[in-house]
Amino acid sequence: MSPDDWQVVRLSLLVGIVAVAAALPFAFALAYALARGRFPGRVLLDAIVHLPLVLPPVVTGWLLLLAFGRQGAIGAWAEKWLGLTFMFRWTGAALAAAVMALPLMVRAMRLSIEAVDRRLEGAARTLGAGPWRTFLTITLPLSLPGVAAGLVLGFARAIGEFGATISFVSNIPGETRTLPLAIYTALQIPGEEQAVLRLALISVALSLGALVACELLARRMGRHAHVL
Amino acid sequence: MRMSFDIDVGKRLGEAEIGVTFQSGPGITALFGPSGVGKTSLLNMVAGLLHPDRGHIRVAGETLFGEGADCPPERRRAGYVFQDGRLFPHMNVRSNLRYGMQEGGWMGFDEAVGFLGIASLLGRWPRTLSGGEAQRVAIGRALLSNPRFLLMDEPLASLDSARADEIMGVIERIRDELGLPVLYVSHNRAEVHRLATTVIEMRR
Repeated sequence: MSPDDWQVVRLSLLVGIVAVAAALPFAFALAYALARGRFPGRVLLDAIVHLPLVLPPVVTGWLLLLAFGRQGAIGAWAEKWLGLTFMFRWTGAALAAAVMALPLMVRAMRLSIEAVDRRLEGAARTLGAGPWRTFLTITLPLSLPGVAAGLVLGFARAIGEFGATISFVSNIPGETRTLPLAIYTALQIPGEEQAVLRLALISVALSLGALVACELLARRMGRHAHVL
Repeated sequence: MRMSFDIDVGKRLGEAEIGVTFQSGPGITALFGPSGVGKTSLLNMVAGLLHPDRGHIRVAGETLFGEGADCPPERRRAGYVFQDGRLFPHMNVRSNLRYGMQEGGWMGFDEAVGFLGIASLLGRWPRTLSGGEAQRVAIGRALLSNPRFLLMDEPLASLDSARADEIMGVIERIRDELGLPVLYVSHNRAEVHRLATTVIEMRR
């Protein structure tokens, strides 16, 4: 692998990890609200969460540009108060990846929260545990397999993100050129077939690795799910 | 005589209307009646897991529900033994027993473990236990939470007769040695006859 390849892989891993880490609390809160909540607008919230899954990624990228660009409502606020810029930065690539990964993460976590036997929570309450302790000792540990599956699925989706990233933060070497963008770039240049092959193989290896990790986690935590 | 249970509640569940009124003294109060008559729903109301539409629930002189009171389940101090044991699958037997344990409760850990004969099970996981073992652990978990009263929902239903006899012995000892008020649900006449101090028959 060339130094350029390493840079692409490092950047892809950074973007993928930061994306799922940042999306995790939102994904779990949304999954919990959708699994357990009974509130007006629940169906609408469900639809909005799933939107990046069905929208053309280019449209998602353009919407991110509107909201998180320098002039965008959230972008201007984040720059002023958090000193955080997204435009043409790897942070923007991570944001795009997080938004695209969110629906998959929410789905996996929601299924797992819905599968938690609520009668066990009732049993915990009768044993003197308040709502918070019940959540932390029963609901959360029993839904961990779904959280883990959501993290891995989200990571795989994040490092494969292309459309939203390129339309939101462009294709800048070392900043926003992740694996798919690097492959796309190499495809545009005659005689770069070797680079395409190398990067594609790395892509396959990372995705496979994520899926195998997911399977191993599920085996370790799935049916037994021991935490104590 | 002080009332153990003083209950007068009504609750609509779908098409069915549950209405129960009774008072009972110390010992085991058995709720007897066919399936679907609302026995478990009544236990859930006493435990605070189900909200009555009207009425009151008083146990050992304390109002848990009604007259403006609505105590959350974690403060009712009910020792609830569920029909299916309902042990936490992600904790071993020791952690299950300790989950609701109160320091300075009237029964210590070793004492409860000895009382129920479950010392050899402490390191095991709930899914590896037989029905009788799981039910004894469930009873231990309820006793260790330092309850003021016990709710038992057909604790013998899933057991063969030898195991049922063994658990019945434990329940008799709870009645005779610990003196806790017990609300006991069953549809088995022989079981009720052997254990109950008071029998409340529920009909549709």
